[in-house]
Amino acid sequence: MKAAVIRFPGSNREQDAARALRLASGRAPAILWHAERDLPSGTDLVVLPGGFSYGDYLRCGAIAARSPIMQAVRAHAARGGLVLGVCNGFQILCEGGLLPGVLMRNAGLRFVCKMQFLRVENAQTRFTRAYTPGQVVKFAIAHGEGNFEVDEETLRRIEGEGQVAFRYCDASGRISDAANPNGSENAIAGIFNAAFNVLGLMPHPENLVDPLVGGVDGRPLFEALAAA
Amino acid sequence: MKARVIVTLKSGILDPQGKAIEGALRSLAIEGIKSVRQGKIFDIEIDAPDEERTRKALSEACERLLANTIVENYAIEIVRRP
Repeated sequence: MKAAVIRFPGSNREQDAARALRLASGRAPAILWHAERDLPSGTDLVVLPGGFSYGDYLRCGAIAARSPIMQAVRAHAARGGLVLGVCNGFQILCEGGLLPGVLMRNAGLRFVCKMQFLRVENAQTRFTRAYTPGQVVKFAIAHGEGNFEVDEETLRRIEGEGQVAFRYCDASGRISDAANPNGSENAIAGIFNAAFNVLGLMPHPENLVDPLVGGVDGRPLFEALAAA
Repeated sequence: MKARVIVTLKSGILDPQGKAIEGALRSLAIEGIKSVRQGKIFDIEIDAPDEERTRKALSEACERLLANTIVENYAIEIVRRP
């Protein structure tokens, strides 16, 4: 699996994403500056990492979504290539129209930085097949704008088509307002596109790949991708 | 030509920042505040031959970048010299 991690001005999680990919696949990904116009040939997976691209100016991810490299990322996705967006990367994918919806300010107005339980909603994709359906995993979250909002018709569609990847939940997998850290509709933490080759999620699986730093629940995601 | 673009949240979209500002205004005991919605203003200078083409260019700017039309509306005002 050949991966490329895109670095935007203000990205700060590209090394963590690269490390997770390296651990899972034994191969270091290319790290690409956003002003590039082409992906390295043979790229299977593009990762848009977390951070604060362009200082969250205008709207989170809005300016990065119009970067030169995003044309190539869009073409890669249209060809069926894999794209993973984490946190700010998820915001960029929504702003760029690769995923539906928008990430709004957290309902509680606070930046939330903590460990969070998630429920795996669809374990049949190239991203999530190393999990079991309904499995409860613990990822880290760190965001101020993670409140996923989408119009009703689109919400019905993504729910009906199995495009919800992860939902915020408590330790036992129950969904509740108390277990929803940002007010996201239907407690949605991550979604796929209609073709299931693009995944965006607010939580950070790349944080949880080494037992030394609190868990390895993120590893199956990268291992599934490495085998994709 | 000078223009002002105003971007506001669509009605029905939760605006937690507006709500917080509304609460702060109430705590200042400013009379009669009923509700607050926060938006953005862009003052833009543009080379365009007439108003129609200014509006066309700025509509495109709004659709493609300045507004996220999933949750935001925009309005374009041409600034006329007094």
